[in-house]
Amino acid sequence: MDLLLPKFNYILYVVLMMTGLWGMIAKPNLIKKIIGMAIFQTSLILFFISTSVKRGATIPILEHHSEPESHAHVVSVGDQLGDAVHSVATVAQHAVDPAHYMNPLPHVLMLTAIVVGVGTLGVALALAQLVYKQYGTLEEEDIISQIEADASQEDES
Amino acid sequence: MNHEWVMQSGWISQLPALVVIIPFFMAFIVALVGWSHEDRAIFLTEIGLLLSFLASIGCLFVVVEHGPVSYRMAGWAPPMGIEYRVDFLNALVLVVITSCSLISVFFSKAIVQRDFRTRKEHFYTLYLLLVTGLLGITITHDAFNLYVLVEISALTSYALIAMGRGRAAFSAFQYVMIGTIGACFYLIGVGYLYVKTGTLNMSDLQLLIADLHDSRAIKSAFVFIMLGTWIKMGLFPLHGWLPNAYSDAKDSASCLIAPLMTKVSVYIMLRLMLTVFTPSYVFSNAIAGELVLALAVVAIVVGSLKALKQTSLKRMLTYIIVAEVGYMVGGAWTATASGLTGVMYHIISDAAMTLCMFMAVAVISFKRGRDTFDVLPGLYKRMPLTMAAFTVGAFSLIGIPPTCGFFSKWYLLSGAIDAHAWHYMAALIFSSLVNAVLFFRIIEKAFIEPVHAAGAEATVIEMDEAPLRMTLPLVFVAISLIAIGVCTNYIVRAVIQYAIPEGVG
Repeated sequence: MDLLLPKFNYILYVVLMMTGLWGMIAKPNLIKKIIGMAIFQTSLILFFISTSVKRGATIPILEHHSEPESHAHVVSVGDQLGDAVHSVATVAQHAVDPAHYMNPLPHVLMLTAIVVGVGTLGVALALAQLVYKQYGTLEEEDIISQIEADASQEDES
Repeated sequence: MNHEWVMQSGWISQLPALVVIIPFFMAFIVALVGWSHEDRAIFLTEIGLLLSFLASIGCLFVVVEHGPVSYRMAGWAPPMGIEYRVDFLNALVLVVITSCSLISVFFSKAIVQRDFRTRKEHFYTLYLLLVTGLLGITITHDAFNLYVLVEISALTSYALIAMGRGRAAFSAFQYVMIGTIGACFYLIGVGYLYVKTGTLNMSDLQLLIADLHDSRAIKSAFVFIMLGTWIKMGLFPLHGWLPNAYSDAKDSASCLIAPLMTKVSVYIMLRLMLTVFTPSYVFSNAIAGELVLALAVVAIVVGSLKALKQTSLKRMLTYIIVAEVGYMVGGAWTATASGLTGVMYHIISDAAMTLCMFMAVAVISFKRGRDTFDVLPGLYKRMPLTMAAFTVGAFSLIGIPPTCGFFSKWYLLSGAIDAHAWHYMAALIFSSLVNAVLFFRIIEKAFIEPVHAAGAEATVIEMDEAPLRMTLPLVFVAISLIAIGVCTNYIVRAVIQYAIPEGVG
């Protein structure tokens, strides 16, 4: 249990992924397949976001620093050069130390992945609608049997 | 030749970005202009693809002259920013994509006009976006950017396939399901690589993975990425979606999708095998290599046998594509220099062959109304130009010199011999023989078999050729099959040999 708990979200990601995959492959209804696909894609988002989590970290926005313009001003005055160097050093310290911040990159990547997921979902739903208009059903087996019936009719004619 | 050449200034330095950006923006222009002036859509599409083609030719020349070119998107230096990189592996693939799409859009004008009474600009917008996706996949040097572009090309191809006839919508739906699984597997692999290395740039990944060869995460990343690309390219037994999707699409769309989609997926596989994971890692596990080679052999045999069973030309060609994917995967996993040369050369030659055959079949079904074998008799007299091009394409698929199909098979076979992969060699020869049976059966039917017109034998067959706008590009592609074959030595010496990484036997 000690081994499993810290990796809880990774286990959840695998469970969700398998659920989605099972839905896409085994479910006969097209809409259920699409739901499976959405779960599958969402599980990947969970995985990526989990990799950026850090205990006690803040959001990746710089804190405790002065505006860049004031630096230029201070440096140009000259006699306060020592202070300026000091303040630049503190800024650099805060900016560079990544241990305080969550890794923003997986979040950014997942923003893109969410967009891709929405696009795929939209196309899949549109296709399901088209299939329904054409065959009057969303059950895979019924559609396939209709297609086979059409094919054998073509062979006869 | 191996040093990297970062271009400093001038418009030439923007070429790698222009290749992708021109068709991308042209897609929006076509959508906007086509809304009010529908007839200008095709003209704008041709202009966009022509400019992109010229840019890709420019990239190829720069690469041949100066070596690999690196382009920093928006000026951000890699590994932080997205890097576009043209090197010896992808310069030719870029030219193949732009030239195939340009020829195919020029060729298919009449077909599009017949298929789409209104709203033609939708077709052309999707077409340009698909080309953008394929070009982006080829040129990008960023593993996540590649995923996004894979999805762009996949989404547009779903829509293009769904525009087709009969059960096209259902075939496209099945393709969405399997395609999403493929792309997500790739994304999982990239996620594992990112967790272990903290980078997404391919060159950077190569450097960092070198120390992590024993890591289990890297191994599972490799397996996931390979599975993803295999699903995308339709390697047996993951090929189920391919024949339906490609044969149900409209001819205007399948002339673009069939030659390019699988070839670009093979390119992704090569790029990740050679650049990211490096051959020393990929080929270190002999059992896995044997397994993949066996899969490729089965793909070739099953694809060829299934092709033999078909009674419609287009469907037959889709099963030949399944076999050709087996050629390329097998060639890559022979782990020899000649095998890899064969794969890289085959990406070019197979794209040209498939384009030629799909165009020929599109012309036949455009003039005759269908593409089943019963339209064949008398076709050589009715459509001599089309059938001449069809014959050249068929010879190339069989592997008769001096067509390019012969040379790619030559390299693949020598790769098989170097690797002592006798089953792969046997499969290649078997597939050639099956193709020979397949096409000589068609040629015999079209050439010799008498035409039965209403019970009585027709004495005079009138020539009934397709318009020049269709036959000219077709004949051009057929001639280029021979030209590529004749120039094989030059192509391999000037470009492909530098793409083979060091340390491959």
